[in-house]
Amino acid sequence: MGGSRARAEWVGFSTIIIREFNRIVRIWGQTIVPPTVTATLYFVIFGSLIGKRIGQVGGYDYMQFIAPGLIMMTVITNSYANVVSSFFGAKFGKHLEELLVSPMPNWLILSGYIAGGMLRGLLVGSVVTVVAFLFTRLPVAHVFAILSAALLTSMVFALGGFINALFATNFDQISWFPTFVLAPLTYLGGVFYSTTMLPGWAQTVSKANPILYMVSAFRYGFLGTSDVDLRLAYGIMVGAVVAMFTLAVTLLNRGTGIRE
Amino acid sequence: MQALALRQLTKTYKNGIKALKGIDLEVAEGDFFALLGPNGAGKTTIIGIVTSLVNKTSGIVEVFGHDMDKELEVAKSCIGVVPQEMNFNMFESLFTIVVNQAGFYGIPRSLAKQRAEKYLKQLSLWDRRNSIARSLSGGMKRRLMIARALMHEPRLLILDEPTAGVDIEIRRSMWEFLRNINEQGTTIILTTHYLEEAENLCRNVAIIEGGRIIERDSMVKVLRKLQTEIFVLNLNESLAEPPEIPGFRTTLADDRTLEVEVSKGQTLNDIFAQLTAKGIRVNSMRNKVNRLEELFIRLVDVSARAAVTGT
Repeated sequence: MGGSRARAEWVGFSTIIIREFNRIVRIWGQTIVPPTVTATLYFVIFGSLIGKRIGQVGGYDYMQFIAPGLIMMTVITNSYANVVSSFFGAKFGKHLEELLVSPMPNWLILSGYIAGGMLRGLLVGSVVTVVAFLFTRLPVAHVFAILSAALLTSMVFALGGFINALFATNFDQISWFPTFVLAPLTYLGGVFYSTTMLPGWAQTVSKANPILYMVSAFRYGFLGTSDVDLRLAYGIMVGAVVAMFTLAVTLLNRGTGIRE
Repeated sequence: MQALALRQLTKTYKNGIKALKGIDLEVAEGDFFALLGPNGAGKTTIIGIVTSLVNKTSGIVEVFGHDMDKELEVAKSCIGVVPQEMNFNMFESLFTIVVNQAGFYGIPRSLAKQRAEKYLKQLSLWDRRNSIARSLSGGMKRRLMIARALMHEPRLLILDEPTAGVDIEIRRSMWEFLRNINEQGTTIILTTHYLEEAENLCRNVAIIEGGRIIERDSMVKVLRKLQTEIFVLNLNESLAEPPEIPGFRTTLADDRTLEVEVSKGQTLNDIFAQLTAKGIRVNSMRNKVNRLEELFIRLVDVSARAAVTGT
């Protein structure tokens, strides 16, 4: 009985992932191409043109320094965007009901959407990584740190997108958070600079930005250096995943935003 | 075994509207059951609660003996639902929609593909399986929702106005399809505004008004309660006033259309005999409305008046 239930749940979970993957591929002009073009422009302008005048940061070329940050920025925005648009779209178009009437438990529905968001974040992040290698010779210091930081960060922002979509009642509300909260935090999260370049007070303020820890942990995987304590960085990422997953399941169980 | 049992089910929406005021209802396994009521009576709220799209305020819902508060997943796996509004992804193909739906119920993909072929063929949609859903006609979209609801072969199929906006030919073919499914053992609960549909298909009926069940019986017994019928006679000659036929109430709808109310026990022969005696010839005759429709209007009217007077 337990085995057949587990098998059924696996089928349901994988069905959501297949559907999300097909959606990502079907609208590739919205999901894969734009972030790749944007990242390429960043590499050309900040890396090649302006970067040459900046010189070295933390003992690395500016291009090498910003590459991990740009990859992580892509992972963050795409993981978030995929879940918020897919889940809100399903809610708005009412086809979310296909899932809500099914016997799939809420935690599994959530896991399916999160996996879909991570899939897009990591897929586009991989494409941008390939682009980065076209512009610079990027060292790989700790593969485990690269993979774990990317996985945890994409999970955090996929969960963020899900919670945003649960509360959203119109399309404005799914663009508000990415525009006014996510983008500033990402740009101020050490993507383009090391926090050691900031005055003391700004360094202190920056430490309240969780994205700084994610970018730094990911950069450590490539360059072997970090602006922050890595134990704290992983603690924040794992803590955020646990807290946000619990919150999202609680909201789903209550029916917030999806049931009358 | 009861396919569905509702006990003291209530629902009060956030805006204070009491949609359900203590519904007690049982639907036996294998039944073809009509749930009727005017707009806003609470039919869709009941379906929403049973399919877990709406949170109940209080009460108990059991599906084949499984309490939805305790065995939610098992109860949900027994139900297939065809909602009133289109609720599939308009940008996906028919085949993808039905195969994915089976996946959400844990049906392996290989089996889901076989069932997709079976049900899309039975509902005459197989030729359009690769079409995007939004390109379908209204009738095809309704049939797609039926095919989708059947993919996990539910024991209880709930249809919320499945033939709304569908032409009569397709409606009748859908009736035939639903009859077959019911004969194969699937319990069906139907809400519809086409009362002819309910009269033709359903063995038992409940009428809901203002969040309460006001009638619950077999279709035969419910129809037996109807004491009179109105017949519409198309006349060969124009009349200025309705002819007096002792024992019958007559009215003129227009100068060539006579309406005659016939009570239980009276015969149509009496009408024709008297009309013939008066030299009035009748070209054709029909029922003014179908019987269930007439009873429905009366029951709902009585219930509404009782609510106003507080009786």
